[in-house]
Amino acid sequence: MLAPVLHILPLTSIVRERVLPMAGKVNVNVNQKVSPTDVIAEARFAREHVLLDVARTFGVTTKAADKLIKVKEGDRLAESAIVAEAGGIIPRTVKAPRAGRVMVAGGGQVLMEVGDARIELKAGLSGTVIRVIPDRGALIRTTGALIQGVWGNGRVESGVMASLLEKPDEVLTADRLDVSMRGSVILGGHVRDLETLKVAGEMPVRGLILSSLNPALLQPAMQMRYPILVLDGLGAMPMNSVAYKLLTTNAKREVTVNAEFSDRYTNGRPEAIIPLNVPGEPDEPNDYEMFSVGRQVRMRRAPHVGMIGSIASLPAGLMKLDSGLRALAAEVKLENGASVLVPLVNLEVVG
Amino acid sequence: MPTSLVQNESILAIEVGAAVTRAVLFDVVEGQYRFVASGQAPSTAEAPFMDIGIGIREAVSSLQNVTGVTLLGKDRNLIAPSQADGSGVDAVVATISAGPAMRTVIVGLLSDVSVQSARHLAETTYTRVVDTLDLSDQRKPEQQLDGIVRSRPDLVILAGGTNDGASRSMLKILESVGLACYLMPADKRPMVLYAGNEKLEADVQELLGSYAGQLKISHNIRPSLDVEDLGPASAELASLVVNLRQRHLKGLEELNTWAGGNILPTTYAQGRMIRYLSRLYESTRGLLSVNIGASATSVAVGFADKTILKTYPEFGLGESLSGLLQYTDVESIMRWLPLDIAPNTLREYLYQKSLYPATLPATTDDYAIAQAISRQAMFLAVRSAQKDFPGNPYAPKDVMPPLDLIIAGGGAVGDGLSLGQGLLMLLDAVQPVGILPILIDQNNLLPLLGVAAARNNYLPVQVIDSGAFIGLGTVVSVVASANYGDQILRAKLTYSDGTDVRADVKFGGLEILPLPSGQSARLSLQPLQRADAGLGPGRSGTVTVTGGAMGVVIDARGRPLQFPSDPVRRRELIKKWHYTVGG
Repeated sequence: MLAPVLHILPLTSIVRERVLPMAGKVNVNVNQKVSPTDVIAEARFAREHVLLDVARTFGVTTKAADKLIKVKEGDRLAESAIVAEAGGIIPRTVKAPRAGRVMVAGGGQVLMEVGDARIELKAGLSGTVIRVIPDRGALIRTTGALIQGVWGNGRVESGVMASLLEKPDEVLTADRLDVSMRGSVILGGHVRDLETLKVAGEMPVRGLILSSLNPALLQPAMQMRYPILVLDGLGAMPMNSVAYKLLTTNAKREVTVNAEFSDRYTNGRPEAIIPLNVPGEPDEPNDYEMFSVGRQVRMRRAPHVGMIGSIASLPAGLMKLDSGLRALAAEVKLENGASVLVPLVNLEVVG
Repeated sequence: MPTSLVQNESILAIEVGAAVTRAVLFDVVEGQYRFVASGQAPSTAEAPFMDIGIGIREAVSSLQNVTGVTLLGKDRNLIAPSQADGSGVDAVVATISAGPAMRTVIVGLLSDVSVQSARHLAETTYTRVVDTLDLSDQRKPEQQLDGIVRSRPDLVILAGGTNDGASRSMLKILESVGLACYLMPADKRPMVLYAGNEKLEADVQELLGSYAGQLKISHNIRPSLDVEDLGPASAELASLVVNLRQRHLKGLEELNTWAGGNILPTTYAQGRMIRYLSRLYESTRGLLSVNIGASATSVAVGFADKTILKTYPEFGLGESLSGLLQYTDVESIMRWLPLDIAPNTLREYLYQKSLYPATLPATTDDYAIAQAISRQAMFLAVRSAQKDFPGNPYAPKDVMPPLDLIIAGGGAVGDGLSLGQGLLMLLDAVQPVGILPILIDQNNLLPLLGVAAARNNYLPVQVIDSGAFIGLGTVVSVVASANYGDQILRAKLTYSDGTDVRADVKFGGLEILPLPSGQSARLSLQPLQRADAGLGPGRSGTVTVTGGAMGVVIDARGRPLQFPSDPVRRRELIKKWHYTVGG
């Protein structure tokens, strides 16, 4: 059976496609070096629209109103610019209420877009542009350590990683954060209270990498202005041992926290990247593999959720689980030496 | 002789769910269509696979292993038609429920007329209503425009104006929708389904034809003020949904080629089958089908002259579980649990399961939590659907109307662990009243029969007649006002050989009288304390009942179901109920 792969790798090639949700301007070229917070593409869009009903204002038919409209599609108008004008003893006008651009003019009406807004697309990782996607974005390649998570609050930042994690099941509390950590990416355990997120924001930190997060904090976490990357799950869970070892041994290194929203349909996944300069280009990892004996796996569901083990055997046919259900399963040897039977759908390969 | 039997056509039916993909083989055995076997595999619509074709081939491979029939060639392509050596299949049909719920904007004239009907139409498939526009909307026209643009709809459903009715207001609304579509990037424009005043079809074409991602014009869903007709529009909507899914899901185009266009949204196929069965059996009180899956819980009720189809992505057991607590509270889920767990454990379970929808409960405790959540999701779905059931306006709102039959499917009901558990889940979640048979669709065949019917109309009936669904037996639900332990019913089941079995039924209990599948018997009911066992309050009588895997089940736990307020007592009682049904 096919197995999804959770990437926790000390050294790999990482290629990421970064694209705007709408057409815009790409600011980078092929072979250009970028850093995580570089704006590689941007798009402008109107915050809102204004509909000016000329026919109704002048009390005339739409045909008559169209003759009185002085603007056309694409015109940029300053505030108070004349949009339509009716003659008479006392000439009457319709003026642009705000500066903007004419989108449509006709049918006795004028539709303007006003309130310019910008979307900035950040690179999300340090690396080299290997392909430009016209009007949308780019493909960026880098080399380094890669640690994927399960939840992110949509922000990107990078900084030096400060570890507050002495064991995988630690809880990160506000009192552990002090001013010396300002501007750092904090490696912590489980966060259970809002105070911790707030204090981290006030310092401010450049990001939080957590084992797990109290689900009640999801909404406030979305409001934080720094990236929050959750590696193992929602609820109280220790950090999986592979990520724990890799991250704690890389403390004091530069780390990029790309806490992008998980998207099941685009393969968008929040992740931490520790750029490493090495000669040559390691292979890119596969996003899925076949389950096989010896593979390192992570449990995705109770009773051993988050634990790491390796597949000892893959019994043929459906196996009866403790729950009574029957499913394709693997015998997994956990790091603590215990052997457990786990349905394959509850496993992901780590690598 | 029927064409189908001359052709002797084997049919591969594929269901692409959010969590599981199934491949089912129907073939002619001894001159009749039969369900032969099914294979399944985890679905691969989502990351990291993002190609439903991978999961489909895995499911077909699994089916090959079960049947020994070679269906895939060396190149992993489907062998079709069937070959002289017995490999391959003659035809393919498919249903799909995988994919995110479609962001939908509802547009109509009057909120309690056309908007309501448009909402009913949206509920026939996997939608999430993100904005509504009607004449009572207080927003300025430009704010309405911006509302539509910001809501990034995949779909706009336009209704309004009876035929020969209002047109000016409708045209104004059409203009707004057209403008909103125009303002969106060309590749993000929504599909539009117009099902309003038929006199305006030319205007609709003119105003929206160039700006909609795709425009479909259907029959008016509200041809007159007092008539709602969703049939033709829901068929158009079903085909729009498949088109939209094709945009998003890699591999669906190939499946469509395999199936020669015979693909339907799973929920629509389920509704279609229920409509067919309710007409076939001339159901007056209604045939209820409930299907609980990862992408949605869907409820279809067929009456002789009307079918109601409701799809609730928010009550699915997959990704949407993280939002379940917006519709219910933790206590309402915990009431179904035989375990004493902390509310936070349940909250964390919901979020963790939403991250990994395809995972399975591996322990008994985990299974109990999964079952409690499934019960509440189904309970919420059935209660929501019940609001639109036709019937007695004076009937109590929290009690189901009497039904002729219940068919239940979906992973949580038919996981094969125990038929008794499946039955108890249905009794808890649906809480039927009166006397009725219950079937379990353990292989989730109902939607597949619904889509197969389009290709071969003999197949569904023959497959159902061959016993593809598991008859659990007959349920007698007693409505009574009594205290726990009070006797409320005397029952006697007389078998065809003259022997009988009796039960004194107490309030709060479940009683099972054995009656094997294929047998019928006479059931005499004598209610006490004006209890209603389906014959009327306090009325005694004798009815013929059919048997099944569980026999005759008398549910005397009250309607709505009564729970003791003391949690320890409640958990004990739940364990007792589970024990009674063999759990």
